[in-house]
Amino acid sequence: MGILENRFRDNVFFSTVDGIINWSRKSALWPETFGIACCAIEMIAAGCSRYDLDRFGVIFRPSPRQSDLMIIAGTVTKKFAPIVRRLYDQMPEPRWVIAMGTCAISGGVYNTYSVVQGSELIVPVDVHVAGCPPRPDALMHGILLLQEKIQKSRVLRRDESEEVIMVG
Amino acid sequence: MTDVTVLTENKKPGGRTQEVLLNLGPQHPSTHGVLRLVLEMEGEIVSRIDPFIGYLHRGTEKLAEDFTYTQIFPLTDRLDYVCPPSNNLGYALAVEKLLGIEAPIRAQYIRVMMAELARLSGHLLITGALPMDLGAMTALLYTMREREMVMDLLEMISGVRMHTSFCRVGGVREDLPEGFSERVAEFCQVFPQRIADYEKLLAKNRMFLKRTQGVGVISPELAIDMGLSGPNLRASGVDWDIRRDSPYEVYDRLDFNVIVRDGGDCYDRWDCRMEEMRESTRIIEQCMRDMPEGPFQVDLPQVAFPVDKELLQRSMETQIHHFELSAYGFKVPKGEVYVAIEAPKGELGYYIISDGSEKPFRMKVRAPSFVNLQALLGGATNMDYLADVIAMLGSLDPVLAEVDK
Amino acid sequence: MGGPALREKIEERFGGRVLDGGAPDGMQTFLVEPDLIVEVCRFLKEDPDLRFDFLADMCGVDHYPEENRFEVVYHLYSIPFIMRARLKCRAGDPPKVPSVMNVWRTANWHEREAYDMYGIQFDGHSDLRRIYMWEEFEGFPMRKDFPLKGYKDAYNPFGEE
Repeated sequence: MGILENRFRDNVFFSTVDGIINWSRKSALWPETFGIACCAIEMIAAGCSRYDLDRFGVIFRPSPRQSDLMIIAGTVTKKFAPIVRRLYDQMPEPRWVIAMGTCAISGGVYNTYSVVQGSELIVPVDVHVAGCPPRPDALMHGILLLQEKIQKSRVLRRDESEEVIMVG
Repeated sequence: MTDVTVLTENKKPGGRTQEVLLNLGPQHPSTHGVLRLVLEMEGEIVSRIDPFIGYLHRGTEKLAEDFTYTQIFPLTDRLDYVCPPSNNLGYALAVEKLLGIEAPIRAQYIRVMMAELARLSGHLLITGALPMDLGAMTALLYTMREREMVMDLLEMISGVRMHTSFCRVGGVREDLPEGFSERVAEFCQVFPQRIADYEKLLAKNRMFLKRTQGVGVISPELAIDMGLSGPNLRASGVDWDIRRDSPYEVYDRLDFNVIVRDGGDCYDRWDCRMEEMRESTRIIEQCMRDMPEGPFQVDLPQVAFPVDKELLQRSMETQIHHFELSAYGFKVPKGEVYVAIEAPKGELGYYIISDGSEKPFRMKVRAPSFVNLQALLGGATNMDYLADVIAMLGSLDPVLAEVDK
Repeated sequence: MGGPALREKIEERFGGRVLDGGAPDGMQTFLVEPDLIVEVCRFLKEDPDLRFDFLADMCGVDHYPEENRFEVVYHLYSIPFIMRARLKCRAGDPPKVPSVMNVWRTANWHEREAYDMYGIQFDGHSDLRRIYMWEEFEGFPMRKDFPLKGYKDAYNPFGEE
């Protein structure tokens, strides 16, 4: 939003505008196809006909430049970590990250010389979906939780907790 | 994510050409996982392919030296993640050979049936994903619908859709649930018609045939020299199937055909897998029909938990064995073994060296996809364009967790 | 053609230079010196009664803390005769073994993996570089003296110092 972001005080007009912006953002979350390991199969299954993700507005995009959600599905290794960071940097804002599966959350069962112990060490994560692999229903629950988080976020309105009160 | 590096520039009459280096990066919709291909290209023609792997190397083999023999089952699940039950079977057979024991007949039938369900699950994914890479997205939605039915069956047996870890050394974890035979019979009745549906969609589709027939032809001698196995080898005309030639478990009592094609191109590899799905359905029907009643686990307290749980409350000795098994694991006599099974991707081998303790000294997994992926390095004919490379990659069916271990 | 006949053929051709390692799991095993390995492999592949045309697997093993710690193990299979065999070759320290890439093309990546994981050099390999770990990685992970959790860095705070 540029210069309009986090500028205005709370009032009816800006809360409604925020509500509309957040509604439009959460209803069209476009993830990039970023399956790494086993969780990718459950992500594909979530996108197919039985656990249809398209009804939530989720369409998988091949390029990070056209997506606003990154679902890290699988183990992130040290060789692959710089590429995850590069993909995250290529995504335009607003962007969110879901860490799917225990390997993405904390390294999983693989506490070895080549595995990153959690993708929190590389990118900031919004929702963790636990499981090995999490069922497609669990991933859908994670996406719905993310939608709730987006609905509550402040876009035009100032974030009151960060306000510095100047005296004098 | 594609970067372009210019290698050489030639001024020719009629224009200027460049030889470029194209990076088909680790994040790409069509690379079936985290595979990086560096292609030297002249226009659309690919002159050299250099695959870079290792983006999913998790250290399974080193971790296996630190886990007891039963704890390794979940690690083997995560190797070929589209068909986990068959990886479990190979590992269980290897450890049983080291111990010198054999699972009871009912357990063998259950394990074979789960391995064939795994074969269906693996083949369904790739026969849907190859057309999706070429642009026909409908095929994937159809095959994933059947794959959900297979996963329902696996969930009914073991409680988990994917990483079942159902085999144990000496048998399986539990017996089959009630009502399972009816569900499987229903599935086996419905499924052959669905395979016919996929063939109706694709087998006579001129665009699919143009993209896959005659593309990436591998001759039989080259296929053997490159170490290909499974449907990739049989599509080139080499008649070798471990289930028939060196039968393990109950495969010597089952009646099934080995599918061989003689073209060696991408279409033959795809067609081989379609027919193998029909054969797998027949094997599952035979297993359910011929399975005898009996124990599902070998009766050795040093190796397996007691089948009769009441015994745990009555007998002190059983309790001690159970405690030792849970806390320390069972010891395996010194020796080494190499056991190979016919996994959906090819020959899956486990080489285990034991030094007499509860943890393996060395475990090496002969991953079929690791060897199959070498077919990209050169030797296959008629693979000139970038589009052909994508078709070839899809037909080789690599699973990157198996390639990278 | 079974195990004993295979042993006889090897005995006849190589005499005492190739030792018999027994058949620990039913698979005939032979112990070969590094300088003979290419000749033995070529003989096993091209002999009309043996025809071991398929190299199933090749791996490195570390017998730390024994003296001659590194070993390369080859698993062979004959498709026409449905027969398996195993060759073992102690590589010395620092480990160096001739490459069998010219006998079976599939040995290419197997040898790269053994180099990456154990540091075993293969003479005659056209392109010996790391395959699993990244290029600048130091150390050879599967060696017994390399820690399982690796060394401490930004990505793995549980590693050793």
